[in-house]
Amino acid sequence: MRRITLWALSTLTTLVLLFSYHTSTSSKGSTVAAPVIGQAANGAAVPTPSATTPSDTSTTGSSTSGTSGSAATPTPSASASSSSSSSSSSSSSSSSSSAAKTYAGDAIGTRYGDVQVQITVKSGKITAAQVLQVPWNDNRDQEINSYAVPVLNSEVVQAQSANIDMVSGATYTSDGYIQSLQSAIDQAHL
Amino acid sequence: MSVATVPRPPVAASSEEAPRPPRRAFVEQVMGLPVSVHVRGTVQSPEVDAAVGQVWSFLHKVDGLFSTWRDDSELMRLRRGELDGAAAHPWHEEVAQLCLQAQERTGGLFAAAYPGSGGYDPTGLVKGWAVEKAAAHLGNVPGISFCVNAGGDIVAGAGRESRPTPWRVGIEDPRRPGTIAASLDLTTGGLATSGTAARGLHIGDPRTGGAVERVGSVTVWGPSLLWADVWATALFVDPVAGRAALAAHDPAYRSFVL
Repeated sequence: MRRITLWALSTLTTLVLLFSYHTSTSSKGSTVAAPVIGQAANGAAVPTPSATTPSDTSTTGSSTSGTSGSAATPTPSASASSSSSSSSSSSSSSSSSSAAKTYAGDAIGTRYGDVQVQITVKSGKITAAQVLQVPWNDNRDQEINSYAVPVLNSEVVQAQSANIDMVSGATYTSDGYIQSLQSAIDQAHL
Repeated sequence: MSVATVPRPPVAASSEEAPRPPRRAFVEQVMGLPVSVHVRGTVQSPEVDAAVGQVWSFLHKVDGLFSTWRDDSELMRLRRGELDGAAAHPWHEEVAQLCLQAQERTGGLFAAAYPGSGGYDPTGLVKGWAVEKAAAHLGNVPGISFCVNAGGDIVAGAGRESRPTPWRVGIEDPRRPGTIAASLDLTTGGLATSGTAARGLHIGDPRTGGAVERVGSVTVWGPSLLWADVWATALFVDPVAGRAALAAHDPAYRSFVL
């Protein structure tokens, strides 16, 4: 997992992004960071950013930085994910002259509770995404953080900007996230 | 269920954005999830509206026939033996045949029924099959490209006498839900992601009858969403055997295992 993420961060120009209601293996609480698309993680849309290095970003489980332990309230933090190794991307400059517009996705119910995501669109590109609302509980963390067999078929991944049109994923908890993120994207084009 | 709410950050809002190609999005709640249809090109036309309506009608019809959540669906009545196969909608036969084909092609990594599965359940194939068929209605519309997303099962294509356009698909990182691990452009064809639920494993290994006990996801894309979906499931069950079978039977498909 770590190698994959590092590989991804160092090889792809962008990848990106979004962050999650990431969960740690600590017994309580889940950590939520503001999802960030693109390389400029310190965009204006991200509140109280606390930069995360690529290696931090790649860790899973108990070593995850940020708020864990008993904190029940998600704390947004920015992830400066790929900035160290990628070429510049024009879409994510926080000083861009074009105005940003935000779209909040529908709150999507999951069995853990509602998930809601907001995106910021600038010049037709998603420049940031943030979780507005997440459910949290105790035990899903370990399961989410379990390892799988990491196999990466690199030929496919394109080093592209984060102008995501559609989202695909699998885990149950993230269904809410994906659906809400997709919902925000939908609204940006409605 | 506790819910934590993160206050919205102050964000400058403005209606001004750089010009983009005309695009419309439609969303409908069907098959238990919101399904999105996006179109680019000549998007303001009666043909677009009609085709999108056909997409929803088709999916609602499939849902009514194949739902495992509705006791009165034909599938549930078939499973209970209350409905004779010959009297059922012909789609059941079509889907059952496809399930058998999928089982054969994947070397048994995909199966609609196996010991421990609790009976015939084609739902692992039905969604991809249905979304692909539904999206075909958009292929008749002049001057558009389209992309349909049903819970991560995605099909893209172009209308009649139309040029396809790339749709950037973000693949979620299964270990960091909400994080996009990779993105790729889908222009024509299908893409599907399979993985376990964070809790309550829901993909079974037909070879053992047990659940696949790992977290992660597999994304497969290629010419057909139906087969991308089948292969995503097969590769999740066994990435090594699945890849071998994929290379042997469907080399036009590509995979991405996380």
